[in-house]
Amino acid sequence: MTTLTAPPPDMARKRTTKTRSRTNATAETMAKQQREISVSEFFAKNRHLLGFDNPRKAMLTAIKEAVDNALDACEEGGILPEIFIQLFQISETRFRITVRDNGPGIVRKQIENIFGKLLYGSKFHRMKMSRGQQGIGISAAGMYGLMTTGKPVLIISKTGKRKPAHEVLLKMDTSKNKAEVVKDEEHPEDDTLFPQGHGTQVEIEMQGKYQRGRASVDEYLEQTAIANPHAQITYITPTNEQIDFPRTVNELPEEPREIKPHPKGIELGTLIQMLERTDEKHLGMFLRNDFCRVGPGKATQIAEKAGLTSRTYTSRVGHADAEKLYESIQDISILAPPTDCLAPIGVRGLLAGLLKEVKGEFYTASTRPPSVYRGNPFQIEVAIAFGGKLAAEESARVIRFANRVPLLYQQSSCMSFKAVLETKWRNYGLQQPRGALPVGPLVVMIHMASVWVPFTSESKEAIADYDEIRKEMTLALKECGRKLGTYLRKRQRMKREGERRGIFARYMGETVLALEKIDPSLDATVLLEQFKDVAKKHTKDADLELNEDGKPIHKPIEDDFDDTVVIVEDDVAGLSDDDDDAPPTPQVPRQASGRKKKRKKSNRTSTGQKPGGKTGQANLFGG
Amino acid sequence: MAKKKTTGKKKTSVTKKKTRGLRNSSAAKSRSKTTTKKKSTRRKKRAVTKGDTGERITTLAQSIAAQVTKGRDPGMEIPVRALSNVEFDAARKLILMGDNTQRRSFFNVGMAKKFMQTTLVASGCKELIDQAKTTSIRDLFYHCKHTIPGSKENTFDEQSESDPVIEDLEVTLESLREELGLFAEPKGAMVGPMTVIDNGDTIDLSRMGSGGWAVPSIVEADVIQFVKNSAKFILLIEKGAVWRRFSEDRFWEKHKCMIVHGGGQPPRGIRRLMWRMHNELKLPVYVLVDNDPWGYYIYSVVKQGSINLAFESQRMAIPAARFIGMSAYDAERFDIPAAVTIRMNDKDVRRAKEILNYSWFHKPQWKKEIKHMLSLGVKLELEALSNKDFSFITETYLPKKMKDKQWLD
Repeated sequence: MTTLTAPPPDMARKRTTKTRSRTNATAETMAKQQREISVSEFFAKNRHLLGFDNPRKAMLTAIKEAVDNALDACEEGGILPEIFIQLFQISETRFRITVRDNGPGIVRKQIENIFGKLLYGSKFHRMKMSRGQQGIGISAAGMYGLMTTGKPVLIISKTGKRKPAHEVLLKMDTSKNKAEVVKDEEHPEDDTLFPQGHGTQVEIEMQGKYQRGRASVDEYLEQTAIANPHAQITYITPTNEQIDFPRTVNELPEEPREIKPHPKGIELGTLIQMLERTDEKHLGMFLRNDFCRVGPGKATQIAEKAGLTSRTYTSRVGHADAEKLYESIQDISILAPPTDCLAPIGVRGLLAGLLKEVKGEFYTASTRPPSVYRGNPFQIEVAIAFGGKLAAEESARVIRFANRVPLLYQQSSCMSFKAVLETKWRNYGLQQPRGALPVGPLVVMIHMASVWVPFTSESKEAIADYDEIRKEMTLALKECGRKLGTYLRKRQRMKREGERRGIFARYMGETVLALEKIDPSLDATVLLEQFKDVAKKHTKDADLELNEDGKPIHKPIEDDFDDTVVIVEDDVAGLSDDDDDAPPTPQVPRQASGRKKKRKKSNRTSTGQKPGGKTGQANLFGG
Repeated sequence: MAKKKTTGKKKTSVTKKKTRGLRNSSAAKSRSKTTTKKKSTRRKKRAVTKGDTGERITTLAQSIAAQVTKGRDPGMEIPVRALSNVEFDAARKLILMGDNTQRRSFFNVGMAKKFMQTTLVASGCKELIDQAKTTSIRDLFYHCKHTIPGSKENTFDEQSESDPVIEDLEVTLESLREELGLFAEPKGAMVGPMTVIDNGDTIDLSRMGSGGWAVPSIVEADVIQFVKNSAKFILLIEKGAVWRRFSEDRFWEKHKCMIVHGGGQPPRGIRRLMWRMHNELKLPVYVLVDNDPWGYYIYSVVKQGSINLAFESQRMAIPAARFIGMSAYDAERFDIPAAVTIRMNDKDVRRAKEILNYSWFHKPQWKKEIKHMLSLGVKLELEALSNKDFSFITETYLPKKMKDKQWLD
């Protein structure tokens, strides 16, 4: 490209000035400079593509990659994650990042590949929901550390109780996309770092900048804790404070199944590539075995529509045939891909996550049934927290997740954010300036689970705009919004009722004293009690009248707190019901709004009753 | 906000009851068996009109207590004091109060405070009656005003809150203000060839100096007795300043009359005293007011009673009272220069049209009078007559009008 466009101005200059002599290259001299660029070198120069634009973001990205890997490893190994993160400040601009997990560990000979090679990983080639995708993250973090401080990456890993821990010091060779082992030690079995006998620890020293607030390490970990209530996270800040994000769900998320690509989800180029690489001899078997949702019938149908048969040799399908094949796939209706490759957080998980990190008073969540964009199954989940200690005068906070990973940058170009903007929150009793976020004590959490999350860029910061995704997000937001609206109206009514009661109570005393003064045979104390009785009856009547569904509100009037407790009792039952019949896939559509509201109250009360109620919740959910 | 709510409620809770058959046609239209039944039950509820005022207050309190004891929302039926609830009795030529009542209940956010205030005022009046004392309505306001325990709110903030409550109580108990032991701030004066006894003191009203006799607000027979009288009529003058001119010129001596002023809208004491003089001493009453809508209304109150105090019309209104001036035609008749007239503003015009709509002004001469004022578009003050001469009003204007019988009825 550059050689084509660059000459004209140069030539123009040459004609007029002739000051600079040209070194006209020949094909031979040029050939001397032409060589392969290693991926590592490419990314070393273009580190912003991976999220290492500036020291602050670099540190966040490094932690993010390490934690994502740790969580993925634990879940894949069927282990409830326990993650330890430390940010140790060495000097003003230099930090040592330590991330330790209790995952299955890494065998010795893979350590160099995983931590020293870009584009090396287990997740790129499969259709399965996971946090990491490309296998660049952690190696890039190590490379960034090496580049900015010259210090190699330290990895300690242990794979089992009776196996030794390996301590490896790795130095990345950018030109070879390979790591050089600086130190390799074997430790005895009693490694104190891993009390469970297995796990991995990474230590990277890098140039960085620590700052709290938006898009900080603290925020990332907080949001990670929200989306992963099954993880126990311990974080030691540069100021040496320990922050604990406790586990509130004692079950691992459902393990997502790996699926094959869906015929409608691939492009022509991919199809041709798959044809070239397949081990299947016949077209029919290729279609059946390399794709999902294609049976013998469908395979024949596809092949015949393209003018081929299922007996056609794959090696003989040419470019023109492939194009026909591609077209016929588009024309034929094929069952949507299976959705057990998705592991949504689930309503319970969403609520548990929000409850422990966001101090609101009203919580609700919704998990949409799985849907498909471009052949990729995905699922949208929304949870909101409202009121409580959240800032009332500010715009709502939107927290976005993709496959349980918080998205902290490029909020405004993200589909999740746009969907929140497009929702008419005014209908649900909130203020919303035109074209802006609603204003109020509100946190909106949006999660997209998919085998392949369509990011707008490689740094995985914003979800791209697809109609199917937009629709699901909008529906989920509306569902939560409606519940919030109902709650707000109810709260408003209760407040009004309270005010009414207050007014009556204030004037009662005066009235009965005046009556007693007029006729001393009337006893003010007795009358006051009678007035109070009527007041109870009267305001209760008003409550009944005001209930929107025409349902009576069963609650004693004296004590609002008691009411909540009563509803809580109902609740716990409601919850465990959900537990029993909740399959991994959609559970939301069946749930009545009433039930969810109750759920929220139960949680709150349990925290309210025990100050250290987090474990209480955990039991509540985990039992 | 609360006020708005109250008026909203008012409309719904007001029940029309026309038992006096004042306007038979409309009453017959709306009358059906069910409504009559409803009426009779309402009547019973309001049965607090037996015995003396003290007893009536006690009955009211007991009825409230009884309702609460039964577990009901306590309430009291208060006759509505508004144009919607007055009827002009054409035969008796009086504005009388209708039977619409509004239920003031305690368990209504908009009414709770007023309910409490009503009981407080009632208890204050009961105290006054028990101690046989009288006091001013301002005094009672201070008596009842205090902070509600456990709050920062006062039982009353302004006297404008307690005054209507007093009037409510008057109509509810069908008791007069005097019977509640209350009086308004005295206003107005009188002189003339008459001797009265006021609270045991004999007073010669022809020897009252320049200020005249201040008419007390309670002028019932037990307080004021007429001893000697040589007056032939009563002249009510709107303003004190003009009254002063009549007093200084000793108009009353020359024309043998009582001259009275009420400082604008005459207070109840003046109206009641005039009523007594009119009925007991058979003195005709003439009213001299500014030529503006407010002047017409002063005359109308003297003659037919007021909308607000319609329940007292029977003991205050003087249907035979005559409107001696100033008429819209007087400027022409007496050649008064246009320079001393005042242009009517929007408010004046509106008020004039309002008055034109009152049924008691539906007489040809009055329609003509008001329409003439509207067509001229100007109003005239009594003082404008001084443009001719300081004593023009006492020496020329009024004598001429009396002689020519140029009054409106």
